[in-house]
Amino acid sequence: TPLGRSRAHKSTIRRSSRPVSSPPTRRKAASRTAPDQTPESEPSSKGKAPSAAAAAAMESVEALVAHIQGLSGSADELAQLHGLLKQADGDALRAHSAGLLPFLSHLHPGAHSLGYLYLLDSFVSSSANLRAHAGGDLLVTVADFLTSCSADQIRMAPDKFLNVCRVLKNEVMQLNAPIRGIAPLRAAVRKIQTSSEQLTPLHAEYLMLCLLAKQYKAGLSVLEDDIFEVDQPKDLFLYCYYGAMIYIGLKKFRKALELLHNAVTAPMSSLNAITVEAYKKYVLVSLIQSGQVPSFPKYTSSTAQRNLKNHTQIYVDLSTCYGTGSYSDLETFIQSNAEAFQTDNNFGLVKQVLSSMYKRNIQRLTQTYLTLSLEDIASSVQLNTPKEAEMHVLRMIEDGEIHATINQKDGMVSFNEDPEQYKSSEMVEHIDSSIQRLMALSKKLTSIDQNISCDHAFLMKVQSGRERARFDYDDFDSVPHKYF
Amino acid sequence: VSADQLDVEAYAAQYSGRTRVARLLFIAERCGVEAIQLEALRMAHDEARAREDTVLYLDAVLKINSRLGPRYRHDQAWVDSVNRRAEQRKEKLETELNGYRTNLIKESIRMGYNDIGDFFYAHGHLSEAFKSYIRTRDYCTTSKHIVQMCMHVILVSIELGQFAHVTNYVSKAEQTPDTLDAVIVAKLRAAAGLANLETKKYKLAARKFLETGPELGSNYSEVIAPQDVAVYGALCALASFDRSELKSKVIDNINFRNFLELVPEVRELVNDFYASRYGSCLEHLEKLKPNLLLDIHLREHLGTLYNDIRHKAIIQYTLPFISVDLNTMASAFKSSVSMLEKELAALITENKIQARIDSHNKILYARHADQRNATFQRALQTGNEFERDIKAMLLRANLIKHDFNQKNWPGQRKMNL
Repeated sequence: TPLGRSRAHKSTIRRSSRPVSSPPTRRKAASRTAPDQTPESEPSSKGKAPSAAAAAAMESVEALVAHIQGLSGSADELAQLHGLLKQADGDALRAHSAGLLPFLSHLHPGAHSLGYLYLLDSFVSSSANLRAHAGGDLLVTVADFLTSCSADQIRMAPDKFLNVCRVLKNEVMQLNAPIRGIAPLRAAVRKIQTSSEQLTPLHAEYLMLCLLAKQYKAGLSVLEDDIFEVDQPKDLFLYCYYGAMIYIGLKKFRKALELLHNAVTAPMSSLNAITVEAYKKYVLVSLIQSGQVPSFPKYTSSTAQRNLKNHTQIYVDLSTCYGTGSYSDLETFIQSNAEAFQTDNNFGLVKQVLSSMYKRNIQRLTQTYLTLSLEDIASSVQLNTPKEAEMHVLRMIEDGEIHATINQKDGMVSFNEDPEQYKSSEMVEHIDSSIQRLMALSKKLTSIDQNISCDHAFLMKVQSGRERARFDYDDFDSVPHKYF
Repeated sequence: VSADQLDVEAYAAQYSGRTRVARLLFIAERCGVEAIQLEALRMAHDEARAREDTVLYLDAVLKINSRLGPRYRHDQAWVDSVNRRAEQRKEKLETELNGYRTNLIKESIRMGYNDIGDFFYAHGHLSEAFKSYIRTRDYCTTSKHIVQMCMHVILVSIELGQFAHVTNYVSKAEQTPDTLDAVIVAKLRAAAGLANLETKKYKLAARKFLETGPELGSNYSEVIAPQDVAVYGALCALASFDRSELKSKVIDNINFRNFLELVPEVRELVNDFYASRYGSCLEHLEKLKPNLLLDIHLREHLGTLYNDIRHKAIIQYTLPFISVDLNTMASAFKSSVSMLEKELAALITENKIQARIDSHNKILYARHADQRNATFQRALQTGNEFERDIKAMLLRANLIKHDFNQKNWPGQRKMNL
């Protein structure tokens, strides 16, 4: 009998530190399970294993499984289990990965999340396994796991968790059914986040699935949280980009603009493709939302400021063309560059930019006229017939973009003032909640400021600076001037 | 441009020196009426010949193009003899100057340079004249000399069109410690006004012209006539002053009244504007327009000035009313309702009139912004912007804290929990 087989069970499980002299399946030192562990795993595994070596391996897995079941109680036990699992990890598990699947049924994903995770992870890491089980219950298994796993346990092995999620995503993409991945991934995102302000790599993948499945509202739940902590820049860029696309799909241009703004102005030392694409959309959405593209704020990285425009020249030209205010010029410009826009997948947005030009011109009219005939509207906005003008005005009234009434008998449109009196209770609530939100934000800002002031590195820097030159209090702008 | 009422002789009589010829040539160029053209050219030719200015003479002859008979044909012999004499005189002056320079007598050197400057000026070599006059600066001993130098430079600069120099030297002259002769002060003001006019600073130009004392008279005829001071001053004032300034500086200005008496139409104009008789005011303007287009300094600015005056009139007209019927307004301004509507729309877009047009009933309604609503709106908007900016800032601070560097990207997936 191999060494250690007769040893007592719980605390010592001998790792196969013996040099490999036999084929991999034999490498693992089988550890006997303790008498009180579940015996029924044995006969079933024996039944499946074709060779003795594999049988031995299976036994070890069973042992592992048993440990998982036993040690998934308190935090200490979990720590111990974790150690065991880490030891068992590697070629040992991976080698028998094909046979791991049935074991999973003995484990409860919620109670034994950590062990389940390890087994699952090694199973799905092998593409052979995936191909063998493609489209089958594997997807369901993984999805179930993700929805029902315990957050504390899986946080102990984040890499594996991410791996499993990514595999799920790939599978649903291969099956061309991204919608199947949405619910599990959403659950996964919530579980792996330590706080709702943290950005995980899963965010971007989740949003991508939502986009592909056209389930924009599903994406909203994740997008509504503000993100303040980011570990990896690539996550942020993808998150901002996909998030903005979702908002664009829902026509919430202002929020899309915020996300794209963050992507474009994030600190970066070299330009990346995501930012370039984000900037293209940024130009288009700004044109739709406010009719002009704001210049780069001072905190934009110099890399972005210098190079972005070079890569997105036609978009810059588009915005200058838009600025002239002539619909026909814009139209010809778009037609001549239609191919370029198509390849960027931005043609839909570009068409929206074109129609927004009418809107802007009509809105300008509301500032000058109280009533205006439909023919005059048509001529000043460069539309062809009064009927078209009527259609545009009607649509704008329905979308709430202008306040007006159309008198069809006279062919006149009367522009009204904004009826909002700021007296209703909804408005008061809205104002009140805004105030609360801003106060909370302010407090957060103050606390961060205090933390930084106590930070060692900061104090060192201030000290050294003080020796060289006196800091005048006026040197520090406490609030940006535009808020005055 | 028809100017059948322009009496070329009377006009030219107001001026002397080079500007007379220059103005005559200008009129000849821009005027559409052949008779007046020829008249102007003839006078220019005679004047040039009398002054022995070959450059202007050749210019005049070219333009006349043999239309005026044998006496006005190109006389190369005369040109050559004049040039020869000029060369001799120039050499003489230069040797004299060199002599003075070796003797190092300041006063003589100064006068030598002045003489050369005068010579160049008389013969149309303006940049050399300019240089010579500038050179006298080092040899000026009294403030009178300085003033004299400044006046010369100003004269040349005006003709050269370099109005920055004009302003410069006017201020130099005004800063001399001695009190200046009233005529000189008036001249300086007029010159400053002219410089401002040409550089499109109409308000400043108006102020300077209005400050010009009546002592100017015809003493500055080599540059500007008193009628011009009146016209330029009045037009610039109308285009750029508001009502109170107009009243205090123009209408109640006793000194300026002397000038205005010389051009009664302009005086009528200003009074009409102030009394809100915009129709007749604009009519006067239209009547004066063709003659003013022939003025060498005013021509380029006339369009802008007229537009400004018209816009001011419109704005002032609508100011006291809550609602204005566009039809009455159109008849008051002698234009059609649609044209007026377009003008009004443009002015509203530029935020010069706070009103809205009821195009159906053709009424203009004054509009007073609702302060309370505007305040709420602004407050909410500021709150939103604040929120957005702070969140973005916190995110960026966090990114910088983790010291993001894209070189760290691939393969470094670690979550610090």
